[in-house]
Amino acid sequence: MIGQIFSTIHDVGWLAAVKFYGQHWLGSMWPLTWTMVKIMCIVMPVMGLMAFLTLWERKVVGWMHVRLGPNRVGPAGLLQPVADGLKLLFKEVIIPEKADKIIYLLGPVLVLAPALAAWAVIPFGPEVVLADLNAGLLYIMAILSVCVYGVIAAGWASNSKYAFLGALRAAAVMVSFGIAMGFVLVIVLMVSGSLNLVDIVNGQNSGWFRDRGLNFLSWNWLPLLPMFVVYIICAIAETGRLPFDVIEGESEIVGGHMVEYSGMAFAMFFMAEYANMILLSTTASVLFLGGWLAPIGGLGWIPGWIWLVLKSFFLVSVFIWIRATFPRYRYDQIMRLGWKIFIPLTLVYLVVIAVWMQTPWNIWR
Amino acid sequence: MKAIKDFLSSLMLGEFIKGLTLTGRYLFARKITVLYPEEKTPRSPRFRGMHALRCYENGEERCIACKLCEAVCPALAITIELEEKEDGTRRTTRYDLDQNKCIFCGLCEESCPVDAIVETAENEYVGFQKSDLYFTKEMLLAVGDRYEQEIANAREADAKYR
Repeated sequence: MIGQIFSTIHDVGWLAAVKFYGQHWLGSMWPLTWTMVKIMCIVMPVMGLMAFLTLWERKVVGWMHVRLGPNRVGPAGLLQPVADGLKLLFKEVIIPEKADKIIYLLGPVLVLAPALAAWAVIPFGPEVVLADLNAGLLYIMAILSVCVYGVIAAGWASNSKYAFLGALRAAAVMVSFGIAMGFVLVIVLMVSGSLNLVDIVNGQNSGWFRDRGLNFLSWNWLPLLPMFVVYIICAIAETGRLPFDVIEGESEIVGGHMVEYSGMAFAMFFMAEYANMILLSTTASVLFLGGWLAPIGGLGWIPGWIWLVLKSFFLVSVFIWIRATFPRYRYDQIMRLGWKIFIPLTLVYLVVIAVWMQTPWNIWR
Repeated sequence: MKAIKDFLSSLMLGEFIKGLTLTGRYLFARKITVLYPEEKTPRSPRFRGMHALRCYENGEERCIACKLCEAVCPALAITIELEEKEDGTRRTTRYDLDQNKCIFCGLCEESCPVDAIVETAENEYVGFQKSDLYFTKEMLLAVGDRYEQEIANAREADAKYR
């Protein structure tokens, strides 16, 4: 038996062998099991990265404050996220007396789940994608706007004025920046002529610069630079991070929609924030920075997912950098930025790109 | 003209880039954190920490029970009782120093005519109860024995400025 398995692995490779024996032993349950395994392969690293992103953020913010950041738990503070996680795990989840218990507990789940669900369409390589949806971009937009329901549910169910105010603010910010972000995605869609993320990345793999080995100048970020910046700013607003963290607003509304949460329920909001950060920067790398493509011609031998991770890491660090630099916007300033600046700006750029694509100088043919 | 310039500068995120450059520079700057238990900041020889009662080299107590420190102590932390020895000298029978009350002003040290009560550079001492910080004469003498060398060094380093 064992020898037979080994000889199969030898003959067809271990992946094909796993598929063959899975089919053989599990029968009709196999497709479900195999999808679960693939989901785990994406979700587990994302969860791990989330935890270590909290450490990276504290380190970078510390360095920018001329401090050292956490360095006591484990070598160079590497076990800090584990300690934090353990602490939160052992804390009691306190449910306020007047809270709507079911919605109260559903809130954190509704916030975290979409942030993880959106990973289904992220391509890690030309073939490596969980669900190669034709409407991948649309799926991401839809999933991102589901997040806000969790926040509103949490804010409403907490039965606290601060939580409610935070939820209202979250809804307003996410809606207003969601529109601008939608327009940016429309421009990307227009340029690549596809909603499929794999096609969008492949579309960036051609052009004048690419033929000369400077791949990174052929990606979407250069011709769409203003939109790339708008996308990053919208992404920061969507995740509710500084300088747009009026949603939390510790100094005014003492923590927004998460005031009443403690223990693991609070940790889920925290995780959702970081998962969203990673998700939005990965999406930005796919849409604007050429996803899994190598930046320079001769580096194609390095696996694509490493490039994707590096690009997302860079963008996440930019998020943190911005957090360490700017003070919080006032609420009306955020609304002004969203409605009076970004929406007109993206609309104008949409027209500019549309006209550009009709001229003989169209670079996206 | 200025309005147009301001508009363009804000559209190009001019001040944002300025701010990001500044924090970006500090990312690589030398960090000023002192890793406390392993590293310590330099300390003056006049540092006022835990108290000690000193003795002469022959083991005789310096304290002559003049009660100047008790009188000068603004926090009323010192309590002294005394007796006369057979050789006619005054000696304390009780010298209690309540570290809970002490404000570490150093007046006791300054007022002492024989340099008996001094403050060491030691500040890393704690107690689990209030009574742990109530120092009796024996405790203060023990502290003095233990830190005699450091106290003497600190005094010598500071002598030329006194």
